[in-house]
Amino acid sequence: MSQDPSLARRRFLLGASALGAGALVVGCTSNDQANANSNQVAAGGGDNDQPGKEVKIGFSAPAADHGWIAAITKNAQAQAEAFKDVKLNATEGTNDVNQQIAQVESLVNDGVDVLVILPFDGKALTATAQEVMDKDIPVINLDRVFDTPLAYRTWIGGDNYRMGVNAGTYIADQMKAKGVSSPIIGEVAGIDSLPLTQERSKGFKDALAKAGLKVGPRVAAEFTAESGEKQTANLLQGATKLDALWNHDDDQGIGVMAAIDSASRSEFIMVGGAGSRDMMDRIKADNTVIKATVLYSPSMASTAVSLARLLGQNKGVADFAEHEIPAFITTYSAVVTKENADSYLDIGFDS
Amino acid sequence: MSDVDERSTVDPEPKPAADQEAVQTGPSGGMRTPSGLRLDLRLAILIGVLIALCVVGYVTAPDTFLSESNISTMLRLAAAIGVVSVGMTFVIISGGIDLSVGSMVALASVWMTTLATQSYGPFVMVLCGLAVGLGAGLINGVLIAYGRVVPFIATLAMYASARGLAERLSERRTQVVTVQGFLEFFRGELIGIPVLIWMLAVVYAIGWVVLNRTTFGRRTFAVGGNAEAARLAGINVKRHTAYVYALAGLCCGIAALMVVARTTSGASTNGQFYELDAIAAVVIGGTLLSGGRGTLIGTLIGVLIFTVVNSIFTQNNLETDIQNIAKGVIIIAAVLLQYSTTRTRKT
Repeated sequence: MSQDPSLARRRFLLGASALGAGALVVGCTSNDQANANSNQVAAGGGDNDQPGKEVKIGFSAPAADHGWIAAITKNAQAQAEAFKDVKLNATEGTNDVNQQIAQVESLVNDGVDVLVILPFDGKALTATAQEVMDKDIPVINLDRVFDTPLAYRTWIGGDNYRMGVNAGTYIADQMKAKGVSSPIIGEVAGIDSLPLTQERSKGFKDALAKAGLKVGPRVAAEFTAESGEKQTANLLQGATKLDALWNHDDDQGIGVMAAIDSASRSEFIMVGGAGSRDMMDRIKADNTVIKATVLYSPSMASTAVSLARLLGQNKGVADFAEHEIPAFITTYSAVVTKENADSYLDIGFDS
Repeated sequence: MSDVDERSTVDPEPKPAADQEAVQTGPSGGMRTPSGLRLDLRLAILIGVLIALCVVGYVTAPDTFLSESNISTMLRLAAAIGVVSVGMTFVIISGGIDLSVGSMVALASVWMTTLATQSYGPFVMVLCGLAVGLGAGLINGVLIAYGRVVPFIATLAMYASARGLAERLSERRTQVVTVQGFLEFFRGELIGIPVLIWMLAVVYAIGWVVLNRTTFGRRTFAVGGNAEAARLAGINVKRHTAYVYALAGLCCGIAALMVVARTTSGASTNGQFYELDAIAAVVIGGTLLSGGRGTLIGTLIGVLIFTVVNSIFTQNNLETDIQNIAKGVIIIAAVLLQYSTTRTRKT
């Protein structure tokens, strides 16, 4: 298998879409199995890797003001470079809605075949994306979803609710295994006004409730290391004893870990979120409170570019019976622990 | 903010005579200002507000709020913004404004944590952070003093470009510090008190001496009170203005060391909204936005008030939106309280 360089690419593609079967993870192990079957299943399979017609892909994303978005852009570029028949036209990231609209228009004028876009604000860019679709240019909507399916050919993104659910379930299981009867469970959320934070918190709350537990001390940081440190330092002062802590975001997690270290606290377990390389390394080292992180992986940008290429070449996804690529793809928020960290290091992003 | 704009734009011009009469120039406290009593009353009110907040904190969280570790945590969290506010106090007293402090903290924190800088060890990291802050501040100062750019605009430009450069240098990543020497020292303790708190205390002590007991401080008040009069009195106003902004930059460099130590990382997202927090603390502390009058002790209490509020809200598990509302109310309440005392004395 390792002799075929194109396999890695396909593995990736398949991995991210493995959800179809309710399947597990974006990890390598499960993908290897899928690969073994790949010749037997589905249309369009084997020859997807063969260079085809050149596809010009336009790419637009918000300003990379934190590691996750930076990784989105980098992943898209890396994936495009892996294809000989893809030309990626990436615009400079912006948090200005009007500028992003202008960028999309100039990409269209450039004659891109497919547009991959992570809108700064899904609502504000819906009309623009719909106009692009009306010009018969397929739009792949990354993560922040447009208001109407008319504005995208395919949506691919993460599952914030399940992130919370999986974090909550993991913590509940750990508490049960440790025999802690009424554990105090803390939460360091991201920016509270964002729907994604609300969904994550709701999933977390629901999963804990299912196990008869509830969220105790809770603070909201701002996805930055500095805010994470500040809020966690205060949280730890308020909660003299903790059993578990979920931190929504590994970027701010660097600060959260620093605060825990400053307070010399180690009586609880911590779970991260998003899946940065740094956190995976710390989980693997297993010498601090962090024991797991739930994925919300920017690898979806790589998948989006692969899908854009297939769209441009009128191909389907290998292993899928459908001749067309799906319209809606949700990546799975796997739980990365010490045991399986090695198989996820490849998609851990630099925070 | 429009208030800030207006006042700083008119700064180089001589102030109207009526204004000069109403606004006493000079350091606070002691016998040296005719308005000494008034300023002390302001300070007393501020301290009262701080104590009242501490009482609220104690009542709502009796076990933890006044514990040694919580006080130490609050002071550690106040350290970076506290040091930035020292520089901001000088700038505002001199009749200017600095909107770029947060970005300068970000830039210094990123620059001192690049892999290249880290490879030279802790001393170079510290020097680098300080030098970047000082340099950026000096650029502000030169633009304002010699380039005749209005402070609001010059520092607004630095606000944008310093953070931009920080993003470019770090490639928008959070740069984790691996230099143990740096972490051990700055995250450690000296005689049982965290190093960050020592630094905060030392910066305020030096700042107080410089502002109230040196020619530099006297000149800062003079320039802010009436730049033209200061010039006629033989003060090199331009050079002094440049120095004041450089000082603010240096404070940002020191704050960057603190932020890097606290978060064990440097990132272009550091120092967000520091300019607003620092201006708020300075104004609450009783420093006039139009310049010429102010106190560092007031600034310190202003900083502490915000830190205490943050701690109270977190310990009681209240949401951030309520916290923001409370912050706004406290700013207005503190300023109004002080305003009403000055009013009554004047009429």
